[in-house]
Amino acid sequence: MDMIRRLGGSVILIVSRIGLMGLFLIKTVFYIFIPPLKFYRLLKQIRFIGAQSSFVIILTGLFTGMVLGLQGFRILEYFGSDALLGPTVALPLIKEMGPVLAALMVTARAGSALTAEIGIMRISEQIDALELMGLSPYRYLFVPNLLAAIISLPLLTAFFDVIGIYGGYLVGVKLLGLGGGVYFGEMATSVDMKDITEGIFKSLSFGVIIAWVSCFKGFYVQLAGQGAEGVSKATTQSVVLSAVLILVWDYVMTSIFF
Amino acid sequence: MRKLDLELTVGLFVLIGILCLAYLSMKIAKEEIVGGDGYEVYAVFSNIGGLKVGSSASIAGVDVGQVTAITMEDYEAKVVLRLPSDVQIQEDAIAAIKTKGIIGEKYVMITPGGAEEMIPPGGRIRDTLPALDVEELISNFVFGKV
Repeated sequence: MDMIRRLGGSVILIVSRIGLMGLFLIKTVFYIFIPPLKFYRLLKQIRFIGAQSSFVIILTGLFTGMVLGLQGFRILEYFGSDALLGPTVALPLIKEMGPVLAALMVTARAGSALTAEIGIMRISEQIDALELMGLSPYRYLFVPNLLAAIISLPLLTAFFDVIGIYGGYLVGVKLLGLGGGVYFGEMATSVDMKDITEGIFKSLSFGVIIAWVSCFKGFYVQLAGQGAEGVSKATTQSVVLSAVLILVWDYVMTSIFF
Repeated sequence: MRKLDLELTVGLFVLIGILCLAYLSMKIAKEEIVGGDGYEVYAVFSNIGGLKVGSSASIAGVDVGQVTAITMEDYEAKVVLRLPSDVQIQEDAIAAIKTKGIIGEKYVMITPGGAEEMIPPGGRIRDTLPALDVEELISNFVFGKV
């Protein structure tokens, strides 16, 4: 009897947490349309989420493209069709790896920091102070984060794609001796605008996921635990939940576009 | 000054990002932002195999245009080709659907004719050859029709 009660209790808890997250997103989106927009805060968050992530995105993009070039070349050489290295590097990069890996890197770099920052503002009662002064934390904290993530992620994904394609070029053409014209020519014939828009739509939705999860986990830091321990737990949860949601949602998006 | 730096970083970031997007869509996907000049002709095929919108049209192996629309008319496939205005094709030119390599993609090969008259924009390439059906070819071979 006691076990069943505990089971029921945890189900109710999970459902209410999901509901809380949903309401949080709806409320944040609702505040986007209520002026004034905190424009300076938005710029700051774009710098933090977008511009300052550029370096790590460039580094990961370069090596992802290089490893795709190397692996692709080995398999394609088997079939004597190494001319198709361009599409082999570009298509997975543009459709899947660019959006997903860029989003995972941003989660690790910026999402965790956002959760910790908002969580500490929560436990040191700075958010209560904001509310006391009549400033909505949604308008002041969450809307700029959400918009900045939505603006930054597609741009970072585009960085990632271009650098990755160049990385594949470095390995395929400069290292393994494929013709440069073949690499880009075959790529141009097999990549459609549709593939690029698919990647961009994915990265837009990943931006929403990152901002949503990391702000939610920071704002409701008490749900994870008390004090500093709560912040550390909330940060871990935010990174894990964002990464899982990004990968699951990537599958859903792919099946929609398929 | 600090505020200016912030705006500069964000501006630079957004600018480079948009440049990357433009590079991807224009160079890699070959999307024409400005509706390129040129004209359209069409050809009717009995079977287009795996030809798709965006497949290339070539003369003497040089890519000159691409397929912009495929529709069905009277149980036959009507394929619209967009060609640049400096490429003129003759009235008796032949459009054939070929395959790049053995398992490569399908494309339209235009063989120039010898007629004086050129096909006007919106005109029709009358002589066509449908896509080669490899399975049919093999079955003909197996059952001794060739």
